[in-house]
Order: sequence, then C-alpha cells, then structure tokens
Amino acid sequence: MAAYRLKLLLVENMSEQTTQTERDEFREYCQRWLNENRPPPTNVPLPQNAYEVTYHEHRAYLCDWQAKCYEAQLIGTDVAKEYGGHGHTEFQAIASAEVRKARVPYFINWIGLGMTAPTLLVHGTEEQKKRFLPPIFSAEEIWCQGFSEPGAGSDLVSLQTSAVKDGDSWIINGNKVWTSLGAISSWMLLLARNDKDDKYNGITYFLADMAHAGVTVRPIHKMTGESGFNEVFLEDVVIPDRHRVDEVGAGWKVAMSTLTSERGAAAGVGAVASSDSPLTAILQLIELAKTTKRNGVPVWDDPVARDRIVNLYVRIEATMQNARRTRVKALNGGSMRLPLQGKVVGSEIGQALNELALSVLGLKSSLYVGDEHAIDDGKWALGYMNTYTGTISGGSSEIQRNILGERVLGLPKTK
Amino acid sequence: MTQPRDFGFDEETGMLKDAAQRFFEEKRPLEKMRPHLAGTEDPYHGSARTVWFDQENWREIQALGWHLLAVPEAVGGIGMGLVPATAIQEEIGRAACPTPLTGTLQSTFVLRAAEANTLLTRIAEGASMALAIHGEDGSLEPGSTDVTANGTRLSGTSWYVQDIQKADMFIVSARSKQGVGLYMVEATNCDLEQDKIVDLTRDQGRIVMNDVQAELITEPGKGEEVLASALPAILTLLAADIVGAAEWQLQATADYAKVRSQFDRPIGFFQAVKHPIVNMMISVDETRSLVYNSASAFDHDPEDALRCALMAKASASETASFCSNRSTQLHGGIGFTWESDVQIYHKRQMHSQFLYGDASWHRSKLAELL
Repeated sequence: MAAYRLKLLLVENMSEQTTQTERDEFREYCQRWLNENRPPPTNVPLPQNAYEVTYHEHRAYLCDWQAKCYEAQLIGTDVAKEYGGHGHTEFQAIASAEVRKARVPYFINWIGLGMTAPTLLVHGTEEQKKRFLPPIFSAEEIWCQGFSEPGAGSDLVSLQTSAVKDGDSWIINGNKVWTSLGAISSWMLLLARNDKDDKYNGITYFLADMAHAGVTVRPIHKMTGESGFNEVFLEDVVIPDRHRVDEVGAGWKVAMSTLTSERGAAAGVGAVASSDSPLTAILQLIELAKTTKRNGVPVWDDPVARDRIVNLYVRIEATMQNARRTRVKALNGGSMRLPLQGKVVGSEIGQALNELALSVLGLKSSLYVGDEHAIDDGKWALGYMNTYTGTISGGSSEIQRNILGERVLGLPKTK
Repeated sequence: MTQPRDFGFDEETGMLKDAAQRFFEEKRPLEKMRPHLAGTEDPYHGSARTVWFDQENWREIQALGWHLLAVPEAVGGIGMGLVPATAIQEEIGRAACPTPLTGTLQSTFVLRAAEANTLLTRIAEGASMALAIHGEDGSLEPGSTDVTANGTRLSGTSWYVQDIQKADMFIVSARSKQGVGLYMVEATNCDLEQDKIVDLTRDQGRIVMNDVQAELITEPGKGEEVLASALPAILTLLAADIVGAAEWQLQATADYAKVRSQFDRPIGFFQAVKHPIVNMMISVDETRSLVYNSASAFDHDPEDALRCALMAKASASETASFCSNRSTQLHGGIGFTWESDVQIYHKRQMHSQFLYGDASWHRSKLAELL
C-alpha cells in the first residue's frame, strides 16, 4: 500500500501538470544524453545483473556511471530538491523508460533506489531524508538489504536478529543471509526483533552502518559460480536511535512497503532494471532462432519452436501493456491488482525466455562462459541460472501468489 | 502515429462501461434464458433447442444507442472508435449475454472499411447484422468461402455464421472469377439452417443460398483487403468478450473458494486452490491489457493494429481455455452440473476460443510479422 501512497504523494506534490510538449522535450533530451554519454565497455564484462557486482573496478565504473546519470537528472527526477532530487513532475517514468531502452549499464545502487528511497520518502524523518537520499542517488553510498535470515526466508516474520535498547542506541545481534551487494555496501536496511513475544509488532526497522565494528561480511557463491550475495554477521552492533525508521515495532509494516517497492510498484526515483528489457531479450531470442541452424534449417523454421517463442513474445507485450494499464484508473481493476503481479509474472517470463533460448541452442547451450565456441559468450546458460534469483528472492513466486490471492482476491490467509 | 497513454479510454468511455455493467447486472440475461433451456439438456433424447432471443433486451440496447457507437455521425451514428465498443463487448462477455450486438459491432467495422455508408444507415435504422465469412472447414482465410457470386446473385453455403437466428442481414464473402467480394443478403431471402452447438449463449448455423439476390458491398477482388483491414476490430471485440467472461470465471471461482469448506477450512486457504485462482487472474490481466492495446492501436495507430489484434486474440484464446478449465475444476462437482452457471461460461469460452482463429493460428500469423 505504501507504494501506492507514495504514488499519491508524488501526484499531490505536482504544483502543475507537465504538458505533452514538455514531456516530449524531456524524452528527446534523455535519448540524446544517453546516446552521447554511453560509457565504453569494461575490460572484464559486467555481470548480467546488478546483484552480482563484486569486483572493485566494476564498482568504481558503475558508481561513476550512476553519478553521471544523477547529474543528468535521470535519477531522482521527480523527488523534491531538498532531498537531493531534481524537483520535476511526471518526468521520472520517461527517464526510466529511456534508460531501459538505451541498453546502457544498470544502476549499481538498485536497492537504494528501489527500496531505501521509496521507504524513506514515506516513512523517514526529515533528517533521514536529507541525510540519506542524496548519496543514494549519486551512488556515493551503496545499500543492501538485511531481511532474510537462515531460519526466516519466505516466512520472513520469523526473523530472530535481536535489537535491545540501550540508552539512545540499540544493540544488534544476529545473522542475515542472501545479502546482495553486502560486500560493497555502506548501509543496510535492517529488520531486527525488539520483542520476542509479539511476532508481527515486535520488529523494528533500522538503517545500519556496514562500517561499524561487529559487522562481518562473508561472500556466498551461486550455482553460476559467481559471487554477489553474502552472509552478514552482526555482533553487538550499535545503532543510534535516530537511525530507526518509523515507530518501534512498526518494522513489519514498513518492510511490507519496502517489498512492495521492490516488486516494481514504484519506480519512483529511478530505473532499477538491468539493461536488457524483456522486449530486447525476446527480440534477441528471435534473432538467435533465425541464425541458429539445426539439421540444416534455422530453428525459427520449426513451427513448434516458433510457436513457443511467439507465445512468450505475446506475454512480454502483455506485461508492458499491464504497466501501461496500471496508470489508467478506470481499467486497472484496483490500485494493487496489477502492481502486485509485476514481480511474479516478470520473473517467470524471464525464466521461461532463457530456458527457451537453451532449447533453441540445443547442445550448444552446454558451452559456458569462457568457452571459445560458446554462443553469445555463454550468456544464455548463465542467464537461465540467474533467473532463479528473480523467482526465489524478494518473496518467492509461491509467496507472491499467496499475497495476490489474499490481498487482491480476498482468499483466506495462509499462515 | 502513436497511441495515447491511456488507451484513449476517456471519461466518457469509462461511464459507458460502468453503465453497461450495471445494465447487465440488472437485466440478468442468463436468468431469463434459463427457463428456455428446460427439456433440451439431454443431447440424445432432449427436445431440439429453439433459439431464444430476448427481443426486449435488444430494443433496450438500441434505446441506449450502443449499436450506433462506431457508426459514423454522417450516417446517423455516434462516430466513436473501437475502444468504447470494446468496453461494451467486455461487459457483454461478463454477462454471457446472447445478443446480436456483437455481430452488429463487427459488421460496422467491416462496412466502415468498405465505406459502405448506405448499409451503415441500415444499422442506424435498427437492423442487426452478422458476418458470414467461413467455409465448411472453418478456416479464417476469407478466400476459403464456399459461396460463389454471379453478378450480385449468390449460391452456395456460408458456414459457422454467428447469431444466425438473430441477425436481420448478413455480410457474405463470395468468390467469382475476379476474386472474393463482399455482399449483403437479407435473412428473409435465405434458407437458414441452425447448427446444434455446445455454447448455450450463442446461435450458429449455415446460410444456404441458391441464386439469392444480394447487394454489393465490396467489388470482387477487393473483399479480402476490406476484411483484412476490419479483422483487427473483429478479433479485438471477440477477445474483449473472452476477457469479460474470464473475469466472471475468476470472480465466481474466488467467491466459491471462500465459502466452500473442506477439512474444516474454506478451500481457498489451500495453496493448491489459491495459486491456480491467482494464475487465472494473471491470465485475465495479460489478455485485458492486450485487448485495450489492440483497440487503441486500431483507433490511433492503424499500421500496428494487426500485430496488436493477433496478440490480443492469441492471448484471449489461451485465457478462455485456462480459465474455463480451472473454473470447472475448482468448483468441483457443482461446477460440472447443468444447474451451475460455470458450465454456461465454460461452453461460451470453448466456442470463443476457436472463433476467428485459435491461439496457435494467430501466433503463426504473428510470426510472419516478426
């Protein structure tokens, strides 16, 4: 709901509506700027998603890129100037769309942009917004998310990391897991339990300094062989009370709004998507099917393969039209019905697409990153494996379907 | 040209859609139809089903002017586009209403493409119309017609004609030496043979013509081109009907899952029931977005209209199949009975799924554009 409230906030803040001409001009500006400022490729190719960034040179390159985009008003576009934004109205969606289309590097601070900023805009104090938002936009401070624990994944509310009040501070003990960007982050969105006896109202939301004594980060390798997410151990970490978000015990409520932002409801502050949009990916797959020959004929000439590919093409267009319909009140079926579908549908289509690419490649799909004969440098096999990040993290597809069934269709709660 | 961000779905269209929803909720067409089905249930021994057609409902719809929506103002219509017609059609589907409005709207777009203003006047005067463009094999290709034209006299059989007992006039595709042309015939001049069909909410049949006098709409050789430019509208309207019916299936199934109790809980508690219902919603919403995109493309970006319409109907046919399957399965025994409305929607969707081409047909057409 918070994402929706955020949207209302943004709308209410509009001193005046922008005109179509102004929007067209801004779109042209974005296209021109992105075209002229496209950074040169890195020496070692970037990982496919911002989840997996670990190398220092990648980090420096991506932070620099994000800072330039922020300066060019492509990030924080519609956020008020006192919080480091550029104070426009209705321009962010344009900037984000153009960034996605331009196939430029992704924004490394996707958690900061996609989760911290929307959360602070709704729940943060004035001081927190002024202190934390500008360096999120400029990528001077990278953020990670400390929600999941070894014993609290899909059942997140079972988290056990403890927060004990000590004067004006809190003492934190526990461990977090699957922490993307943990090794290169300055700050963490942290959920910790202040009351063991109150499951839902005993959690508090903090902003934790990763440089603090007692924070230990240990990388985890994924099935792809890449690293990128981490275990984070918190031992007697001291957090000042001014870095608490919202009320003591309101953490679960705030977290749900963060997750809603993560699910794509509010691209309110900047594009967070990786550089290949689903449309780009399906057009690449069609090209791949036309150029890959098996038994002497292009795979595209096989009507069964073609039917499966076109089916995905249709579904990808549908998700883009869903996003468009979300903004048409008379047609969207209620404020959360479409936004809450975004994550589960997008991640499952992405997985199906990459899996289909493997079947287009056939035995060639066995050639992995680094093999000299691998098609597209093995990116389809790598991409296929990485799509499980989408269907498992941030609330698995199963949890998403519970949420949709319960919140949108009013079905009885699974607890 | 580019489409408007809001699909061209303006305030007026929104009011129209709300009004249509209220109209069908109030009129309850299925409840009125029920008594007329009595005694016809048994496919082997039941009495023949005579087509019941609520004339009063059709007069009320005409009084509201919905049949005139897309008829140009110059010939007595309202002059709106496909978007409002789509909005109305979605509500017709949700109500599973037997009505000649669907065929009349589709015919309107064919006549518009043919610039047949005189015949459009007939719609304004109250005539209902239907398309007769299928041959015996049910192929969608207009060239597949089994009717031949000799001047303006038609002979042969037009198959799978929808609303055959309701429509006053038919748009017939017929072949002559110069190619396929489009012709208008009066129902009263033809021999109409009714099919016995699965769908209880529509009527379908064959027009048997034996040297029947027709009126030329589009000259021979131009018929396929005219049908091709109206095809996006025909497909979009049908896909909208499917979306409306599928939304009913979704809501009915969700409601049932909240009240039907087993193992001491409403069955909607169980994820084996909850998740497929969510999948119905996902399917409905994908199709609905593609339907309004298609309607908007037809009105504002005609060059992209065919691609958008093929996507809409491909998606709609999948949704019709999936939502019907799940709605019957999740209603358990009760949904399988004649008494339940679930079967009525299921059978309407089974019909719609294949009308004017199924999903794989439209995907194969789409592949040609990619």
